[in-house]
Amino acid sequence: MTAAEVARPPRPSLVSRTLEAYGQEIVVFAAIAVLFVVVGSVNPRFLSDSNLISIFSGNAYIAVAAIGMSLVIITGHIDVSVGSLIGALATIAGTLAVSGYPVWVAWVVPVLVGMAVNAMVGAVIAYVKIPSIVVTLGMLSILKGGLISLTGGAWITDMPPAFFIAQQRWFGIPSPIWFMVALTAVVALWMRHSPTARMFYAVGGNAEAARATGISPERTTVIAFTLHGLFAGIAALLFATQLQVIQSTVPPNLELTVITAAVIGGVSILGGTGTVVGSTLAAILFACIGSALVFLNVSAYWLKAVIGLLILATVLADMARRRRYRRI
Amino acid sequence: MQRTVEAASPGGTPSGGGDGAPLLELSGMTKSFSGVTVLEDVSFDVRAGEVHALLGENGAGKSTLIKIAAGVHRPDRGSIRIGGREVSFASPRDARAGGIAVVYQELLLFPELTVAENIFIGHGPRTAAGTLDWRRMRERARELLDDLDSQHLDVDARVGGLSVANRQRVEIAKALSQDARVLIMDEPTASLAEADVQQLIQIVRTLRQRGVGIAYVSHKLPEVFALADRVTVLRDGRLVGTEPIAAMDERKVVSMMVGRSIDQLFPKVPTRLGEVMLEARGVCHAGVVRDVSFQLRAGEILGIAGLVGSGRTELALTLFGLTPATSGEILVGGSPVAVTSPDQARELGIAYVPEDRGLQGLVKPQTIAENIAHTMLERLRRGFLVDRARETALARHFIEALGIRARGPGQVVGQLSGGNQQKVVLAKWLAIEPRILIMDEPTRGIDVGAKSEIHALMSKLASEGLAILMISSELPEVLGMSDRVLVMNGGRVVAEFDGSEATQEAVGQAMTLTHQRGAA
Repeated sequence: MTAAEVARPPRPSLVSRTLEAYGQEIVVFAAIAVLFVVVGSVNPRFLSDSNLISIFSGNAYIAVAAIGMSLVIITGHIDVSVGSLIGALATIAGTLAVSGYPVWVAWVVPVLVGMAVNAMVGAVIAYVKIPSIVVTLGMLSILKGGLISLTGGAWITDMPPAFFIAQQRWFGIPSPIWFMVALTAVVALWMRHSPTARMFYAVGGNAEAARATGISPERTTVIAFTLHGLFAGIAALLFATQLQVIQSTVPPNLELTVITAAVIGGVSILGGTGTVVGSTLAAILFACIGSALVFLNVSAYWLKAVIGLLILATVLADMARRRRYRRI
Repeated sequence: MQRTVEAASPGGTPSGGGDGAPLLELSGMTKSFSGVTVLEDVSFDVRAGEVHALLGENGAGKSTLIKIAAGVHRPDRGSIRIGGREVSFASPRDARAGGIAVVYQELLLFPELTVAENIFIGHGPRTAAGTLDWRRMRERARELLDDLDSQHLDVDARVGGLSVANRQRVEIAKALSQDARVLIMDEPTASLAEADVQQLIQIVRTLRQRGVGIAYVSHKLPEVFALADRVTVLRDGRLVGTEPIAAMDERKVVSMMVGRSIDQLFPKVPTRLGEVMLEARGVCHAGVVRDVSFQLRAGEILGIAGLVGSGRTELALTLFGLTPATSGEILVGGSPVAVTSPDQARELGIAYVPEDRGLQGLVKPQTIAENIAHTMLERLRRGFLVDRARETALARHFIEALGIRARGPGQVVGQLSGGNQQKVVLAKWLAIEPRILIMDEPTRGIDVGAKSEIHALMSKLASEGLAILMISSELPEVLGMSDRVLVMNGGRVVAEFDGSEATQEAVGQAMTLTHQRGAA
C-alpha cells in the first residue's frame, strides 16, 4: 500500500538511487574515512605508511575469505567452518613446503583441496537437503579436531624462503593488498555481470522462484560453495605465508569475523542481496578499528564490543531496507 | 431492511449503537506516507447488522483505511467514532478493545499451535490461580466454532495442517472471541475455491444476522453483490461514493473503481486454431494427477476448472517438469518428449506463470530487468558475462509492451503492485518466445483494471498463435476466456465443455459432483 501505483512514479534522483543500491557500502566507506580523520588527528602515527600497510596487509586474508563467504550468504546459505578450513589448508600448504615439494605445489594443492572440500559440503547441503548451518557446524568440528589430532598441535617452521608469497612486495606494496584489491574488483564485476552470479542472487532471493524458472538451486549452491573454497584456499595461503611459522590454530572466531565482514558490508543474512565490495570494505573497517583502539590506548577487548554493535546496527538497517520491498 | 440486533458475540456483550449511531464511523480520514497522500478526506462507516463492501483497485487506499480502523496507522486528520463516541487508537490493542477485529488476507495464525490456542492467543481464560484454563478455553473455542457452522473443526487440531478455508474460520472465531462488534475482512476469498467461498458467504450472513457490522474488502464483484448492503468505492485515495447495493450494478461499480467503463471484463477475440502444440496422453503423477489426456492447439485458450486440491496445479507442475510425470506421455509439437525439469520444459518452449507469484514467480529484491533475465541467462550470455545492454532493452520492451507501471528496468520488483508484478512474471516467460504458456491463476489478487489488461494480453497472445493452458478458481474468468474448458476433480479430468456450452452451473456441478471434499 504505497502511492507507487497511483500514478507512474517519478524517477528518483541519481543520489537517492545510488544510496538505495549501495547504501551499505557507502556507509562502511564513510565509517572508514571518519575513523581515519578522527584517529589520525588524535594520534598522527595512525596514518603513517607503515601502520596503514600493516593494517591492510595483515588482514587481507580476512577480506579474501569474506569474498567467498559473501557468495555463500548471497546464495542463501552460511558457512561457519571457514576458519577451521583456512587452518587446515594452511597446514597442508606448510607441510607440502617443508616436505620438499615445489613451491607452486604447496600453493596450488591447498586451493584445490579447499574447492573439493567445499564442493562436497555444498553437495550435501543441496542434494541431501540438510541446512548449511548444520553441515558446516559438523565440518567445523571435523576439521578442527582432525587437524589437532594429525599435527599434534605442532607448529610448522623452516619453509623454503620462496614459499612466503604474502611477504613479497610488488611495486612496493605487499602482495596481500594486491590479492585483496584485485580479487575484490574481479569478483565485484563478475557478480554484477555474469549469468552464474545472477543465479546466486536469484536462488538466495527466492529459491522456489528460481527453480520454477529453470535455475537449479542445487547446482547453484554447489557452485557457490566451490568458489567459496577457492577463496578460502587463497586466504589460507596469505595466512600461512605472512609469518615464519604456521600454527595449527587459526585466530579464534575467524569464521565469525569473516561472516561479520560480509554482513556489515551489506550482504543480507537472509540471502539475495549484497556485494563483495561491501564485505572487503567491512573487513578493512574491522582492521582499522582494531588498530585504532591500540593507537587511542583503548583495551583491544573493546574491539569485540564495537563489532557486536556494528552487527546489530547492520542487521537493523538490513531489516529496514527489506521492509521497503514488502508490500502490504 | 430490518434485522434483529442481538448480542454481538456469544460472549454476550450488549450491542452498543442501537440508537442508530454506526458502530464504527471514520470521517475525513487523511493520511500520507513520506509526503505522498494515500488517503484524502475519506469517510466510511459500519452499522450494526450490515455488510458494507469496500472496493477499489490496488493502491486506491483500502488497506490504509482498514489499517487506520485497526489502529495500525494513525490518521493525519479526521475522526474515529465508536458508537458515536470519538476515540483515538494508539495501537491495534486499542482498536481491539474498542470491538474492532480484522481478518487479514494473509492470515495471522501460529501454524504449530492448536485451533483453541490460536483463538485465545493473548487472552486465554484463566483459572483462579492465574494459569491458563485449558478446559474452558477448549469449550469456548468449541462454542465459537459451532456458531460458525464449523462443527467439523477439531479444537485440538494443529492449525498448520488446516486448509485455508478452515484457517479463516479460526481467524474469524478469534475475532469473535474478543467480542468484536465490527469485523473487517480483507479479501477473505482471495485464496478460496468456489465451494469454500459459498460457505464463507454463509458465515458472513450468519454474523450479520447476529448484529455484527462487517466491512468487506474484495475484488470479486459477484460475492459483493451476494453479500453487501452498501458499497463504498475508493479511487486514488479518494472517496468516489457510498451507495446502497440496490442502486448499483456490476458495470456501474467497475466504472466507479477504474474511473472508466470497461465494456467487457473478459475480452476474448475468436481465433482460428492451429495445430496441436501440447498433448497429454494418460499423464499421471503420484496419485494426485490421474490419467489426464488432452490436446491444446496453437491459438487456443484451454481453461482448467476445479476446486483447490482437484489436481489442477499439480497437472501444471507435471507438464512443466517440476514434478515429472510418473507415467503417461507428453507430446510437444507432435513429438513425444520427456519433461523432467523446468529447464527442459523451457527449452521445449513451455512457459509457466505460477499460482503464487511471490513464492514461485519472482525474486523480489531483484530488479525488473534481472527478473526478466532469469529465463534468458543463457541467451543473454556473451562470453562469461550477461549482455546488460540487451537485458535492459528487453526489459524496456516489455515494460512498454505489457504496460508495466514502473520507474524503469532498474526498479526492484518488490516495490511494484500485484498486477504489475504479475506482468513481470509474464514478461520473463514471454521473453523466451514460448509455444505453450501455462498460467495458474493468472489474475489472483490483482485489481480489476490490471485484470482486464491481463485478459486482453492473453487474448492477444492467443491470436498470435500461442497455446495457452489457463487454470483458474474464478469461474467467470474460465468461462469468459476459454475456447474449451476441462474440469478436474480428484486428479482426473471429469468433464470437457466447448466454450459455448460451458455454463456456470454445468462447470460448477462437474467440479463438485463426484465427492464432497473432506473437512480440514
